[in-house]
Amino acid sequence: MKKLLILLVMAGLPAGAFAAGGHKSCGTIDCDPVKIDLRDQASLQRGARVFVNFCLSCHSAGYMRYNRMGQDLGISEELVKENLLFATDKAGDLMKAVMPAEDAKQAFGVVPPDLSLIARSRKPAWVYTYMRSFYRDAKSPSGWNNTVFPHVAMPHVLYEWQGDQRAVFKKDEHGTEVLERLELERAGSMSKEKYDEAMRDLTNFLVYLGEPAKLVRYEIGVYVLIFLAVFLVFAYLLKKEYWKDIH
Amino acid sequence: MQKLLTWIDDRFPLTKVWKEHLAEYYAPKNFNFWYYFGSLALLVLVMQIATGIFLTMHYKPDTGLAFASVEYIMRDVDWGWLIRYMHSTGASFFFIVVYLHMFRGLLYGSYRQPRELLWLIGVVIFVALMAEAFMGYLLPWGNMSYWGAQVIISLFDAIPVIGPGLSEWIRGDFVVSDATLNRFFAFHVIAIPLILVALVFVHIVALHKVGSNNPDGVEIKKKKGADGHPLDGIPFHPYYTVKDIVGVTVFLMIFAAVMFFAPELWGWFLEPDNFVPANILQTPPEIVPLWYFTPFYSILRANVYNFLWIDAKIWGVIFMGLSIMVFFFLPWLDRSPAKSIRYRGWMYKTALTIFVVSFIILGYLGTKSPEIISMFWFKNVYWVQAFTVLYFAFFFLMPIYTKLDKTKPVPERVTWK
Repeated sequence: MKKLLILLVMAGLPAGAFAAGGHKSCGTIDCDPVKIDLRDQASLQRGARVFVNFCLSCHSAGYMRYNRMGQDLGISEELVKENLLFATDKAGDLMKAVMPAEDAKQAFGVVPPDLSLIARSRKPAWVYTYMRSFYRDAKSPSGWNNTVFPHVAMPHVLYEWQGDQRAVFKKDEHGTEVLERLELERAGSMSKEKYDEAMRDLTNFLVYLGEPAKLVRYEIGVYVLIFLAVFLVFAYLLKKEYWKDIH
Repeated sequence: MQKLLTWIDDRFPLTKVWKEHLAEYYAPKNFNFWYYFGSLALLVLVMQIATGIFLTMHYKPDTGLAFASVEYIMRDVDWGWLIRYMHSTGASFFFIVVYLHMFRGLLYGSYRQPRELLWLIGVVIFVALMAEAFMGYLLPWGNMSYWGAQVIISLFDAIPVIGPGLSEWIRGDFVVSDATLNRFFAFHVIAIPLILVALVFVHIVALHKVGSNNPDGVEIKKKKGADGHPLDGIPFHPYYTVKDIVGVTVFLMIFAAVMFFAPELWGWFLEPDNFVPANILQTPPEIVPLWYFTPFYSILRANVYNFLWIDAKIWGVIFMGLSIMVFFFLPWLDRSPAKSIRYRGWMYKTALTIFVVSFIILGYLGTKSPEIISMFWFKNVYWVQAFTVLYFAFFFLMPIYTKLDKTKPVPERVTWK
């Protein structure tokens, strides 16, 4: 009992004693939470449509195949071919960017990164917040800037949906300009709620894209644990039976 | 069946080996929780080898292909994700199990006479395991793989005269490159596993020669019955085989829970920066090894002073090397008349507690920048220095405090229930 107490105290100590670092979780701001639900197939399908129609123009998802995505998201191969294939005509191909890397480098100064694993190297909340934090900035080459990723080379591709945001700065106690908030300067074709919803779908899809096995591994895990729990009962009874004659 | 067995026994000591090492290997009957981790370590070793074989079938040790081949395994190979996660989760669990196995040795004095050689072989296994893990970590060719290897190999630069040439020789290049990846692959999949398996075999042979220690630290061979078997011993098979099945099942439940529900373990088992391919132009914001190396990484970074005409960086390498090598001397540092913590006094108990706390805190701070404050008032580097001193104090003051410590009388026979 005393040992258990010591163990508990030691396990609980780090949580209280160690303060988290002071920096923001999403660049210059804090991340907005996003609800990820990979069982929501309709959301994944909507996210896939946004991804293929917009992101895939410049970014690759070069470790993923179109037909695998179709199978996982309940989209038939015909529909994949009709609606989602732009860069190739083979559904078994890897999802490569439509724009050649050389041209992209010319246009943006850098090759846009592969997005297959973006939700794993960044957090989903980061992706979600990033996609909603573009603002007009005349000083940047693309005319856009982002509070999550300052001076990012990427322009706001979905500005027609979201509209144009503008950064509002204020002076802090040292007199330096700091960002106060983003405000909508010109409305887009979507309401704020609609746009957030679309970006949530996209983030959901990117989480799937980062690890397709995530669709099945939780379920398999539950069965494995149930099997092991049942096995444990019999293993324990066997041990007890053998050990009853040890005195 | 009996005829077949006789035929084999005439040509190979099958029944003899079975009896000596399982059916008539007498182990103390009072093993407790801490005695599961030896067989669990063996289980994880087998699991790493089995999953490693399947990974090798699809992995490509080529800087242009390595990262993509791991993602190919994760997506296109049937059950590839499961094999890969078993291997990556297995690596961390290997260290968890081995650290607990070593801690058991500290609790019950398992390194003491006559088990010094058994302990020494075990420490060599630990060193080989560290090499195995370090080289395996380069193979996914993620950005943290790359920079981790770059930092650790460049430590050899600190060695006077031969250093730069040595690190170049290890890499096969001036920076970590394709040549490095290829040789690390060779070491990771064949050279070190062969050594590990051979050492584990020798470890078990040595164990069966001297017999297992137990939570009382009593030599059960001193009290034998009329049949010549130790009075407090029971045959390993079936008693400990059925008991270990229970331990294995509980272990697998914890293992499966991590592997299926949180294989990244929030960045502790798989780091976010390693989902970005190696990039020679982009250093990760914080280069951090995986958790099992961080206590030693902390000690490496602890010293910031040049003294005795030696550079601070070289002292760091010396201290880190010493922090591992010092385990070899343990059997001769301990002067206590009692082996088990049950019969030792407050001094050893306190020392061991301080050591464990130091090890954990050094491990935690190894994941943080030395220049920031992660706990109570002081910059991390000061905490690391303090706990490094405590870490070494456990070993270097051991001859003194184990001699002064008031021990309780050790019983003749093991205590039981």
